[in-house]
Amino acid sequence: HINGADRAVLVEPRWTLLYVLREVIGLTGTKEGCSRGECGACTVLFDGIPRYACMTLAVEAQGCNITTLEGLMQGEELGPVQTAFLEEDAFQCGYCTPGQIMSVHGLLEKTPQPSMDDIRVGVSGNLCRCGAYNHIFRAARNAAQRKIK
Amino acid sequence: MAENNSIYYTEGLSIPETPAPGEEPGFWKQTHVVGKRIPRVDAYERVSGAAVYPSDITLPNMIYGAILRCPHPHANLTKLDVSRAKKMPGVRAVITGQTPEAKKLKWQYNGYSGPLLDTRCRFEGEAVAAVAADTHYQAWDAVRAIDAAYEVLPFVADHSKSLSEDVPDIHENGNLVEMDEYARGDVARGFDAAEVVLENTYETQCELHTPMELHGCVASWDKDRLTLWESTQGVYAVQSEISDVLGMPLSKVRVIGHYMGGGFGSKLKPGKYTVLAALLARQTGRPVKLILTREETYMCVGNRPASTMQLKAGVKKDGTLTACDFTCTGPSGAYPAGGTALVDWQIRDLYACDNVRCSSEDVYINAGPARPFRAPGHPQASWALEQMMDDLAHKIGMDPVALRLKNIPDISQGRNRPYTSNGLKACIEKGAEQFGWEKAVKQARAHNHTGTHIKRGVGMGSCVWFVGGGGPPSTVIIKLFRDGSVNLNMGASDIGTGTKTVMALVAAEELGVKPEVIQIEHADTETTQYATPSGGSKTVPTESPTVRNAAIAVKRQLLEMASEDLNIPAEDLAYEGDEIISRKDKNKRIQVTGVSRLKKRGVVVGVGYRGPNPADKSVNPFAAQFCELEVNTKTGEMQILRFLSANDSGRVLDRLTYDNQVFGGIVMGIGFGMTEFRQLDVRQTGRLCNRNWHDYKLPTALDVPVDMESLPIEIGDPEANSTGTKGLGEPVTIPTAAAIANALFMATGIRFTRAPVTPIEMRRHLTAIKEG
Repeated sequence: HINGADRAVLVEPRWTLLYVLREVIGLTGTKEGCSRGECGACTVLFDGIPRYACMTLAVEAQGCNITTLEGLMQGEELGPVQTAFLEEDAFQCGYCTPGQIMSVHGLLEKTPQPSMDDIRVGVSGNLCRCGAYNHIFRAARNAAQRKIK
Repeated sequence: MAENNSIYYTEGLSIPETPAPGEEPGFWKQTHVVGKRIPRVDAYERVSGAAVYPSDITLPNMIYGAILRCPHPHANLTKLDVSRAKKMPGVRAVITGQTPEAKKLKWQYNGYSGPLLDTRCRFEGEAVAAVAADTHYQAWDAVRAIDAAYEVLPFVADHSKSLSEDVPDIHENGNLVEMDEYARGDVARGFDAAEVVLENTYETQCELHTPMELHGCVASWDKDRLTLWESTQGVYAVQSEISDVLGMPLSKVRVIGHYMGGGFGSKLKPGKYTVLAALLARQTGRPVKLILTREETYMCVGNRPASTMQLKAGVKKDGTLTACDFTCTGPSGAYPAGGTALVDWQIRDLYACDNVRCSSEDVYINAGPARPFRAPGHPQASWALEQMMDDLAHKIGMDPVALRLKNIPDISQGRNRPYTSNGLKACIEKGAEQFGWEKAVKQARAHNHTGTHIKRGVGMGSCVWFVGGGGPPSTVIIKLFRDGSVNLNMGASDIGTGTKTVMALVAAEELGVKPEVIQIEHADTETTQYATPSGGSKTVPTESPTVRNAAIAVKRQLLEMASEDLNIPAEDLAYEGDEIISRKDKNKRIQVTGVSRLKKRGVVVGVGYRGPNPADKSVNPFAAQFCELEVNTKTGEMQILRFLSANDSGRVLDRLTYDNQVFGGIVMGIGFGMTEFRQLDVRQTGRLCNRNWHDYKLPTALDVPVDMESLPIEIGDPEANSTGTKGLGEPVTIPTAAAIANALFMATGIRFTRAPVTPIEMRRHLTAIKEG
C-alpha cells in the first residue's frame, strides 16, 4: 500500500523496498545513497514511522502503509514540511532532501512541538554532505508551526 | 498604480540603464531583487521529488551495469575468465581489456595515458571488467562470477615513505610525480631579522568527497549518437572527455545533467564507468544504467590527498612576519592527479611577508587518484599556517586577530599584482567584532580558571582562495517572449549552490521582470550553451556577467525595435517600468510587450558572452572564521558552540543561498578537522579499511552547532566583473579546521598538528599529558 494506493509487484526475495520503489515502480523521490543504512536518503514512512527503504526487503512491506516523498504532495501542491524546506532553503543539491523531509515529517507526527534537541536527533540519521543542517533545523521549526495552523 | 496584466514586470522597479553597443555595463549601484532572501527557482522540484537526477533515470528497455574491481592495492591481473559470468541469468554483455571495443581505448590522467582496462592495477578499486544485465542484482551476480586471479605486488600506502629506497616503484620512472618550488626574497635573511622563529610539522589526512548522489550515468545510443545522463558538475567537460576517449565528434555526444546530488570537485570529470556504460550500451543495443556503489566511490572517484607539511616562520615582536619556509609532501595516488596542487598558495599569498620559500613534492602511492576537492590544497595549508599564526601570536604576546591584521598584504604577493578588492582586513575586523572576539577570549580564559573539567576555547583563521574571479569562456542566451516571459539558457550545472536561482535574479534585475517568469534551461550539451564545469568558486563570477550581457543584448534589440514604432532613434529611448519611453518626450512611449516586431517575431533572442577579467589585477575572495567550543577533558568529547564566517565574496546575489553555502562550508570544514580520514591498512594489505559512512564519519546534525552566523562583507568591486561578484563555495571551508584547532589549543593547551582531531585523538593527548 504505497501513497494511498495498493501496488502489486512480483519481486525477488532479495530485492529491497528501495530498489522496488525506484527501479520497478518509478517513485524516484526516494533516493539511494549507500544501500546499507548509513545515510537516510531512502527514508520512507513505514506505517507512519521513518525507516530506511534500503534496509527493508520489499517482501517485508507487504500489507504495510508506505509513504514516500511523493505521498506528501497534495496534488501539485507541496505538503507543509515540503513548503517549510522550500522557504528556509533547507537543502543544496537536494539529494538527501527527500529523506530529511520524511524524517521531519515522522518526527512531527510523533512530536508536534519538537525542541531543538528533538529536531537534531530526529534528523541525525540523515546525512547531508552539502551541510545544510542549519537550514534543515529551521525548516523543521517552520514546519512545526505550520502544522498547528 | 494601474492594473497591468502583462507578465512583464511593472511595479516599483527601475530598470538599469542599457549600455550602448560596445559599451561595458555599469556597476549596479542599487538592486531590487539581487541580494534579497529569495527561495530557489527549482526548490519545488527538489522538495517534491519532481527533480530527476541521473540516478533516477529509467529508460525503456534499460539494463544495469556493474564493474569488477581489483581488490589489491598493487597487482598484475594474471587470469580473467568471464565464461561463467556470461552464462548467468539476465546477463547481456561482459567487457574486459581484451574486448575489441575496449582494447584500443586509453584513459588519461594529468599528462599520463594508459589502457582503459589495464592488467597492471595500481590501486584497489581499479576497473578490470564490466557487465550488463537485466537487473542490478543480476549484474552484481555476474561480477561475482568472474574468475580473476592476480599476482599481488608489494605496495606503498604511506606517502611519507613513497620516496624511500626500500619501497617498490609504482611507475617505471619512480614514485615522484613532480616537485614544485617557489621563492621570493631571502628566507635566511628573513629569519635573521625575526625575533621569534617557530617551526612545526603538520599533517592532514586523506578526505573523501562522498557526495550524496553516487557517481554514475545512464548511457543510450541512437546509431552513432551517444546520450549520457551523468551526475556531473560540468556537462561540457564530460562531453569533451568522452568524445576524446571514444574518438567521436563532440556533436555526437550529448550529455545531460539537469540535477546532480553533489560533487565537491569529484564530478568535474567523467569516470571510467562512463566509458564502460557507453561500451556496454553499444554492445547490447540497450540503454545501460551504471551507478557506482558507495564502496566504489571511496576508492576510485577522487579524494583530497593527505599532506605532511613543515612550516617555519619568523616574526618580529611587533607582529611583522619576516619569513616563511614551507615544505609539503602529498600523494597524487596511483596516477598523476595533483597530490600537492595549490597546497602552498595560502603561504604565498595570504599574509604580507617578503621572504617566502615553498617546496612541494607530489608522490605516488597505491591508492585511488586524487581529484580536486573543494579548494584543493587550501584547507591543508590553512591547517598549518593558521595554527602557526596562532602560536606566533602567543609567543610574542599578541592577540591572534591583531597579528593577522598586522600582516594584511597590499597586493597579491603570489602573483605580484594588485587585487581588484581585498576584504581580508574587513573580514577579520568585522568578523571579530560581530563574534565578540575580545569578550569571548576573556570569558573562556576566566571559565577555564574555575577548575572545571569542561574547558572552553575560541579560535579563528582567515584565508584567500586561489581563484574565484571566474572568467571566459561562457555563453548564455536569453529569450524574451512576446508576453514578456523569459527563457534563460546556459550550460552551467547547478551543483546545489543555487546557480539557476542567482542567474534568474541577475536576469530579472537587468530586465526588470519577475524572477518567477524566468524559466531556465541548463546543463545539456545539445540544447544549452557552452560553459566550463561548476567548480573553483567561479560559476557565479563567470556566468552572472554573461547572463547580464545576454539580458542587455535583449534590451538593446528591444530598443531598436521600439525605435521603429516610435520613430525615435534607439539611443534616445530608455526603459521605464514595463514601457520604453523617449528620453526627450515622456509622452512618446510604448509597452515593451506592445513592440510590433516583438509581437510579430514572437521572441527576442539575446546572446551574452563572458568578457575578459581585468588584465593586471587578481580577483580573489577572502574570509575569516571564528569559533567557540568546549572540551570535556575527562572524556575527550568536543562540542562546537558557535561559528561565524565573514566572507568577502563580492556582491551577494541571493542572501538565502549565500548563507546556506557558508554554513555548508563550515560543516565540511568540521569534517576535515574533526571526523574524516581515509584509513588504509598501511602495514599489511594496503587496502581501504573504512569504505562506508559508518566507518568514515561525516558530520551529522548532532556534530554541528545550531548557532552559525554568516556575515557578508560587501565592499563593492566594480573592477572584478559587471556583477561585482567573487566566488564563495571554497573560501567558506578553508580556515574552518584551523579555527577549530586554535580554539582547542586555547581550551586544552594542546597544539593538535595532526588532523582530524577526533575524540580518540583528543583522549590520547589528554592521557599523554596526564601521564607526563
